[in-house]
Amino acid sequence: MAVSLAMTVNGKLVSADVDPRTLLVDFLRNQLALTGTHVGCDTAQCGACTVHLDGRAVKSCNLLAVQVLGAAVVTIEGLIADDGTMHPMQVAFHDCHGLQCGFCTPGMVMSAIDLVNRHLQADEATIRAELEGNLCRCTGYHNIVKAVRQGAAVMGK
Amino acid sequence: MGANDAAGLGNVIGQSVPRKEDARFLTGTGQYTDDVSMARQTHAFFLRSPHAHAVIRSIDVVKAKGLPGIVAIFTGADLTGVNGLPCGWLITGTDGKPMNEPPHPVLALGKVRYVGDAVALVIAESIDQAKDAAEQIVVDYDVLPAVVNPVDALKPGAPLIHEQAPGNKCYTWALGDKAAVDAAFAKAAHVTKIDIVNNRLVPNAIEPRAAVASYNRADDAYALYVSNQNPHVERLLMTAFVLGLPEHKVRVIAPDVGGGFGSKIYLYAEETAMVWASKRINRPIKWAAERSESFLTDAHGRDHVTHAELALDNDGKFLALSVQTTANMGAYLSTFASCIPTILYATLLAGQYTTPAIWCEVTASFTNTSPVDAYRGAGRPEATYVVERIVYQAAAEMGLQQDEIRRRNFIRTFPYQTPVALNYDTGNYDQTLDAAMEMADVASFPARKAEAQKHGKLRGLGYAAYIEACGLAPSNVAGALGARAGLFEAGEVRVHPTGSVTVFTGSHSHGQGHETTFAQIVAGRLGIPVDNVSVVHGDTGRVPFGMGTYGSRSLAVGGTAIVKALDKVVAKGRKIAAHLLEAAETDIEFKDGKFTVAGTDRSKTFGEIALTAYVPHHYPLDTLEPGLDETAFYDPTNFTYPAGTHICEVEIDPDTGVVEVVAFTACDDFGNIINPMIVEGQVHGGVAQGLGQALLERCVYDPDSGQLLTGSMMDYALPRADDLPSFKVGTKVTPCTHTPLGAKGCGEAGAIGAPAAMMNAVMDALSTVGITHFDMPASPHRVWSAIRQAHGHA
Repeated sequence: MAVSLAMTVNGKLVSADVDPRTLLVDFLRNQLALTGTHVGCDTAQCGACTVHLDGRAVKSCNLLAVQVLGAAVVTIEGLIADDGTMHPMQVAFHDCHGLQCGFCTPGMVMSAIDLVNRHLQADEATIRAELEGNLCRCTGYHNIVKAVRQGAAVMGK
Repeated sequence: MGANDAAGLGNVIGQSVPRKEDARFLTGTGQYTDDVSMARQTHAFFLRSPHAHAVIRSIDVVKAKGLPGIVAIFTGADLTGVNGLPCGWLITGTDGKPMNEPPHPVLALGKVRYVGDAVALVIAESIDQAKDAAEQIVVDYDVLPAVVNPVDALKPGAPLIHEQAPGNKCYTWALGDKAAVDAAFAKAAHVTKIDIVNNRLVPNAIEPRAAVASYNRADDAYALYVSNQNPHVERLLMTAFVLGLPEHKVRVIAPDVGGGFGSKIYLYAEETAMVWASKRINRPIKWAAERSESFLTDAHGRDHVTHAELALDNDGKFLALSVQTTANMGAYLSTFASCIPTILYATLLAGQYTTPAIWCEVTASFTNTSPVDAYRGAGRPEATYVVERIVYQAAAEMGLQQDEIRRRNFIRTFPYQTPVALNYDTGNYDQTLDAAMEMADVASFPARKAEAQKHGKLRGLGYAAYIEACGLAPSNVAGALGARAGLFEAGEVRVHPTGSVTVFTGSHSHGQGHETTFAQIVAGRLGIPVDNVSVVHGDTGRVPFGMGTYGSRSLAVGGTAIVKALDKVVAKGRKIAAHLLEAAETDIEFKDGKFTVAGTDRSKTFGEIALTAYVPHHYPLDTLEPGLDETAFYDPTNFTYPAGTHICEVEIDPDTGVVEVVAFTACDDFGNIINPMIVEGQVHGGVAQGLGQALLERCVYDPDSGQLLTGSMMDYALPRADDLPSFKVGTKVTPCTHTPLGAKGCGEAGAIGAPAAMMNAVMDALSTVGITHFDMPASPHRVWSAIRQAHGHA
C-alpha cells in the first residue's frame, strides 16, 4: 500500500507515492537521488543523515517520510547557491581541513549550521557539546571545531 | 635551504595546499559505493547466524523463495567450485610447522562459528523484500558451547572450533634470542613485570562496508564497486584464489570510500558471494551493511593478552625484554590476520631503546568471534603499549623520572640494528621528547597537579615514546617472513599534449588526501600548477596495478613510485628538449618547469615538450617514441621508521570515575612533509582513535553465549566531540634515508602513541590512591570501581 506525500526539498515541491515504512533518508537518497545525505548507522547515533527540517537539524534516518508531509527539507545539496557558491560553513570546513573521508561531512555541516543559528557566539565547549550527535572517525574533531568557529564568524557578519 | 629543497623538490612541496577532493565531499557530490545504482539492480541481504557456535542441521528456503520480489536465495551448498577466503601471510611456528589454516567458507558450510557468520544470501527486487524473505528462512541449528577469550580458547576442554586447528591453536611463534634474554635476567638488578590486556576494538569507519556487483553476459565480464582500500588486491584474491575467474574479466572499483582504518583492506565474504551470484542471476546486486552488521562482521582489532618482563641494571638501563602474548584471531583467518601479532608486533618491541636482548613468543588462537585483523597501527600500537607501559612501571618502581629513564636508553647511533630484525635508518628521539615536553609545559605540571588536588581531583601525566615500521614493505624481507605477495607499489604519470597531467596510483585514498598530496609531488617535480594535475586511484580498470593503502605506506611507497615515473618523464623530456634545442642531452637542465641548455637562455617549457611528444612532426622518430606517459613500480629497500613522543595529561574525578583528557601533545618525526595541514589532520585522527581505545572503546562478547554485547553505537562508545580536547601537535624532521621524498608515513602514529601515553597518565594519577594495575579503557565505571576497590570497598 503506497501513501502519497508532498514536501519541499531544497526549495522545490516534490510529491511521490511511497511505501509507508520508507524512512526520510531513504526517500531523499533513493527517490530523489540526493545521495549527499548518508547513512552511517541504524540507531540514530552517527548523524551522517542530518538534514534541516523547517530550519532545524534532524536525523533523517529517524523519521518516516510520511511524518514530514508539507515540511521544508534542506539537504547538503541545497546549501549551494545557483551559481555554485558554497555556504560559509562549507567553505570553512574546506579552509580548516575539517573533513577527511567526507562521509560524515554533510551531516556535520548541517548540524554545524544549526548550532550556529542557535549559538552565534559559541565557544569551543558549546560547539563540542552541540556536535555530540555527529560522529567523525577521521578528524578527531580538532579541525571541525576550528571550522565551525570560522563558519560562525562569517555567518555572523 | 629546507629539507624539501635538499631533496630536489619544488616549493609547492611542504605547503598546506587546501584539498582538491573537498569540494565534492562538501557539496554532497561524492560517490560512495552505496550511491552507485544500476539499471535492473537487485538488493542483497545476508541471513546471519544468531549463534556463536552451532552445527547447521538444515536450511529450508522453500517458503522464502516463494515470497514477492525474491530473485534468488543462495546458501553455502550452492557455491560449488568456490574456494574459501585466503589468508595472505603464512606464519611458521616454533615447531617448524605452518600455521593451522582452517577453511573460511564464503557462506557457512555445515557449521557457524561466530554470531554474524553469513548463512544465506537473499536477493530481491527491494531490500525490504529481501529482509522479509530472510525472516522466513528456517535454519535448524544444533547449538554448541562457545569460547570468546583468546586464553580460554587454548585451555583443555575448550569447545573445538575447527577440526583443522587442534586446541584452537593457529600457531605459536617466537622472535629473538631467548638464551640471551634469560642470561640478562639472571644478572639484572631490577625486574619489572606487567600483565596487560589490549582491548578488542571495532574499527567503525563511518561509511559501512558496501558493494555493487554486476555481470555483463555479452562480454562475460564483471564489475564490482566496493568500499575497499586496495582494489587490485581484492581482485587478485577473489579471482585467482576463490572464484577462479579470469582476472582481466573482473574490474574492481573502490570509489569514494568513507574511512577504512584497516577494516576495508580485506577480501570479505559478502562481495565475493555477490560477484559469484551476479552471473547466476545476470543482474546487478547491491548491498550496504547496516551498522549492526559492521559491528558483527567487520574485522576487529587488537585483542591481546600479554605478560611482559623488563630486566634493568642499577642505573635504569634496559638489559632485556621478555614478552608472551596470546592473540585472538577470531573464528577464521582474515586476509592479513596472522602477521599482525607477529611480524608487525614483535619486531617493534625494541621501541626507541637500546635493549640488547629481546624475546617474544606469540600464541594465536581461534575463538567464536568476528575475525581479527589490522586496525590502524596493526600490531605497532600493541607493541608500543607493552614497551611504554612497562617502561612507565619500571621508572615508577625505581624512582626515576619518566623522561630520564627513556633518555638513559635511547638509540642515538644510526643505522641501528635491533635484536628483533629491524634496521632503523635514522631518527632523533631526544629531539621529539624535548619538544613534546616543552609543548606540553611539563615543567609546570607539578603546579597543575597541586591545584587539581586542592579540588579533590587526581591529575596524571603520561608519556609514550613510540616507534613504528611503515612503508610496507621490502618484498624480499616480507617474503622471507611469510608474505604470500610482494608489497611494492605502482604509479603512472600520463602527461597530456597540453602539458597537464593525470596520475594513476595504486595507493588508495579514503580520507588521506592523496588527490592533493600526490598532485603536489607532481607539480613540485614538473614545475606546473597543482591544478594541472589530477590523481586517479581505486580502479583496476584505469590504474596499472597497486597494492593499496595500509600501514602508512601511501607516500613512502606509492609516492615514491610516482617519483620514479616522474624521473622517467623528465628523462624523456630531456631527450626531446635536446632534439628541439639542438644540444647534447647531457647539456639539458630541467628546473622550474623549463628544459634549458646549460649556461644559455635557450629553453623549452614543459608544455612545449609535452606537445612535441604528442605532435611529433619534427621528432627523432628513429631514436625516440612519441608520447609522454611513464609507469614505475617501486619496491622499498627498507621499512621507514616514524617516531615521536606523545604526552597526555588527565584529570580524574575520584567520586565519579570520569577521566578528562585535559591535554594531549604529539611531537612526531615523519621525515619530510609534503602537506603539513594534511599531516596534522592525520595525527589528530590517529590520536582520537588511540584515545578512544584508552578512554572509551571496548568490544565485549558474552563469555557464555558468545553474543556480541557491544553491537551498536549505543553500546560501544566511539569518541565524540565532547570527549576530546583540541590537540597540540608538532613535528621534527630527520629525512628517511632510503626514499627519494625522505618521507616516512604519518597515518598511524596517533593511534600508536596515544593509548600508552594516556594510560600512563591514568596510572600516574591512580597511583596516588594505590592502584598499580588497570586495563583499558578508563571509562568512568571501571575507574570508579578500581578506586573503590583500592579504598577497600568490595
